[in-house]
Amino acid sequence: MNQIMSDKRVIALYTLPALLLISVLIYVPLVLTGYYGLMDWDGIGSMTFIGLENYAALITDGMFWSSAYHSLLLALFSVGSLVLYLAVSVVLAGNIKGADLFRKIFLIPMLLSSVAIAQLWMRIYHPTNGVMNRFLASIGIENPPLWLSDTSIVLFAIFIPIIWQYAGFYIIIYYAALKNIPKELVEAARIDGASPLQIAYKIKLPLISGVIKVTIVLAVIGSLKYFDLIYVMTDGGPNGASEVMASYMYKLAFRTNDFGYGSAVGFFLLVLILIVTYLIRKATTSKDDSIQY
Amino acid sequence: MASNTAAASPAEEVKTGFLRMSISKLILYIILGIVAVVQILPLIWLFLFSLKDNQEVFNLPPLALPSDPQWGNYARVWTEGNIGLYFFNSVIVTGTSVILTVLLASLVTFAITRMNWKLNKLVLGLFMVGLMIPVHSTLIPLFSFFSSVGLMDHHLSIILTYTAFNLPLTMMILLGFYYTLPRELEEAAVMDGCSIHRMFFRIILPITAPVVATTAIINMIYNWNEFVFVNTFISSDSLKTLTVGIQNFIGQYSTDWGAIGATLVISMLPILLAFLILSNRIVEGMTSGSVKG
Repeated sequence: MNQIMSDKRVIALYTLPALLLISVLIYVPLVLTGYYGLMDWDGIGSMTFIGLENYAALITDGMFWSSAYHSLLLALFSVGSLVLYLAVSVVLAGNIKGADLFRKIFLIPMLLSSVAIAQLWMRIYHPTNGVMNRFLASIGIENPPLWLSDTSIVLFAIFIPIIWQYAGFYIIIYYAALKNIPKELVEAARIDGASPLQIAYKIKLPLISGVIKVTIVLAVIGSLKYFDLIYVMTDGGPNGASEVMASYMYKLAFRTNDFGYGSAVGFFLLVLILIVTYLIRKATTSKDDSIQY
Repeated sequence: MASNTAAASPAEEVKTGFLRMSISKLILYIILGIVAVVQILPLIWLFLFSLKDNQEVFNLPPLALPSDPQWGNYARVWTEGNIGLYFFNSVIVTGTSVILTVLLASLVTFAITRMNWKLNKLVLGLFMVGLMIPVHSTLIPLFSFFSSVGLMDHHLSIILTYTAFNLPLTMMILLGFYYTLPRELEEAAVMDGCSIHRMFFRIILPITAPVVATTAIINMIYNWNEFVFVNTFISSDSLKTLTVGIQNFIGQYSTDWGAIGATLVISMLPILLAFLILSNRIVEGMTSGSVKG
C-alpha cells in the first residue's frame, strides 16, 4: 500500500504537467516582467539594458501616480462597501423566507462578462437616452450629469457597476459563513436577553472575523489590479480621469509599444499587491486563527 | 382594576409584540427587495430594449413593454455579424480549457493530498500563491512568449493561459473534498490489485464527481467571460470569442440599440441558463474557497 502510494514516478506524472504550466505561464513571466522593466524595448526590436531608468521614471510620472491613486480609491471604496454587504448578509441569514432566492438574485451580475456589463452600463449612463438621465429628467433635474465624460465624476460612475457586479459574490460568502455559526450559540445569547443587534455585533461578527479578513484581502487585491470595466467603458478617460494602474500598463505596452516601461508598471503592481497582502494579513491575524486562502 | 389589567395584558403584549415583530420583518424584506431590484432591473431593461426599435427606445418610458416585440433584432445580429462564429469559438475555448483544468487539477490534488512525498506542502503552496497574481504582471512576457513560439493569434494560447490561471482556484475547491476521502478506499483498491492509475480514474474521479462538477461550472463561467487574454493574444476576427467579438460588433451598431441589446442578451444567455439549472453548485463553488479557508 505505502509503496504504491509513494511511487515517485506516479507523483511526477500527476504533478509535473500542471506544475510546468503554472511555471511557464505564471512564474517565469513574473520574473521576466521585472527583468523587462530594466530594458528599453518596443516589443519587436532588440532590447537595450538601461538599468533602473524605467523605475526611476515611474517615480516622477504624474500619470502613473494619478492612476495608482484611482486604484487606491477603488480599494477604499470596495472595502467600505463590504460593510453594506455584511449588513445585507446578516439580514439574509436571519429567519428570512426565500433567503436562498434572494442571494441567487443578488449573484446574477457576477455571472456576466465585464464586456456585457460595461456595454449595458454605458447605455444606462447614456447622456440623453440612458435610464439614469431619463429618470433624473422625469423628476425635474434639468442638466443631468454626463456620467462618463465628466472628469469629476467619471471614476465614481464606474465604481457603481463594479460594486453592482461584485455585491452578490461577497454576500454569498458572508451568508455561508453566518449560516455556519452553531445555532446553540445564538440561542444561548437570545435566552440571556441579547437583542438581535447585539447578537449580530457581539457574537456573529467576531465568529466570522476570519472570513471578513479574507474578503478584505480579496477586495483590496481585486481593486488594485482592476481593469475590465474601465478599459471598455472609458479607456481611462476622459483625460486620464479614470485611469487605473492596470489600464495604464496596458496602454503603455500595447498602444504606445513601450514594453520596457509597461513591464516596470506591471512589476510595480505585482510587488505592491504582495506587500499589501502581507500587511493586511499581518495587521489582522491574531494568534488563535490560521486562515488560509 | 389591578386584576383587570393583569388579565388583559398578556394577550395585548403578545399582540403588540407580534405586530412589532412583523413590522421589523417587513422592513427587512423591503431592504432585501430593493437590493434585489437594483441587481436585476438593469437586466430587465436590457431585455426590454433588445426587443424595441430605436423609435420606441427613445420615446417610450424605459420600462414600457415593446408594443410590437422586435424578435427580428436577434435574428439580424445572429445572421449579419459573426456572432454565431464567436459563440462557437467561445464554446471550443471554454470547453477545452475546462476539461484540461479539471483533469490536471484533479491529478495534482490527488498526488498532493493522497500520496506520500516530502515536498507536497511546498508544491501546494506554489499553486496557492497563484491565486493572487495580477494577470497584468504576466501579460507582456506572455505576449512575447506566444509570439516566439508561434502561438500568437491561436486558440491554444488562450486555452493554456486559462488553464494555468484557473488551476489554483480549481485545486482550492477540490482540496477540501479530497482531504475527507477515507483511506480505506485506497487500501481496498490496492488489496484488489488495482493499479494507481486505475484507482484514480475508476474510483477517485467518479467519487469526486460532485465537486468536479462544481469546479467545472465555475471554470466555465470564468472562461466564458474572460476578456484581457483574448483581447491581447487573438487578433483575427475569425478566432475571437464572444466577449471580445461583441465588443467590436457593437462598435459597428453604435446607434442601433435593439441590435446591441440583442447581442448582449445572446452573449449572456448560456451562463444565465447554466445558472438556472446549476445555481446551487455555482453558489457552492464561489463560496467554498473563502469560507472553508
